[in-house]
Amino acid sequence: MASGKTVTVAIMDAPYESANSTTALRIVQSALEKGHNVNVFAYEGAVNLTMKAQAPHPNPVKGTNVEQEAHPTTKDWVASLFKLAKDKGAKLDWVNCGLCVDERGAGDWVEGPRRGGPKDFLDASNASNATLVIPTK
Amino acid sequence: MAKYLLIESRDPFDSTDSQYFAELVQGIAKRGNEATVFLVQNGVLPARKGSKYNTVISDLIKNKVKVVADRFSLKERGIRQLAEGVDTADTDRLVDLLLEPGTKAIWH
Repeated sequence: MASGKTVTVAIMDAPYESANSTTALRIVQSALEKGHNVNVFAYEGAVNLTMKAQAPHPNPVKGTNVEQEAHPTTKDWVASLFKLAKDKGAKLDWVNCGLCVDERGAGDWVEGPRRGGPKDFLDASNASNATLVIPTK
Repeated sequence: MAKYLLIESRDPFDSTDSQYFAELVQGIAKRGNEATVFLVQNGVLPARKGSKYNTVISDLIKNKVKVVADRFSLKERGIRQLAEGVDTADTDRLVDLLLEPGTKAIWH
């Protein structure tokens, strides 16, 4: 059940580079589990989190194939967050910075995110109960 | 009195500014503010019992700072024993702390 509260999270790290991505997605998941609305502003390399073309890979070191490795992709995590929001009756508004997307050619996303800019982050923050900015190291 | 949620993702083995961050938190607490440090990722390393940086944690606790370590981060790093006074929680607690009215959240 929706709580009526809203959390805004800004993330900047590209996928598979920093534990920040995992922690950010965990925080978004926890907020949605509690029925809170969540705004995500993905800036810089974080716009690659939602790229549809991401594919899991085998692990030649361990000799495991794709199925055995079950390597998680961030685009699948993001897609599951949209599903979770729907299940909980909460809203997930995921904004990918448009200029960052264009620079990286990262415009083909899983269903759910929308294109925007820093103003969207400012507006979301002003309308939220809490804001967390997770900067790159 | 303000409330601060300070999320520490860095550790003193890798980043000397994590010690400055601890000093910042102490300064916040000494001015009568309510401060919670939530350790995530490698930020949990100083909380491992026996770490040479346990004093950083104990100094925070002496100054009435609440110190919470992320269970997921602890499990990933095989840390089972913690310095005295360190609480553990998951990100659902972090969300609760974030949403406490008047809380200022800072990620480091």
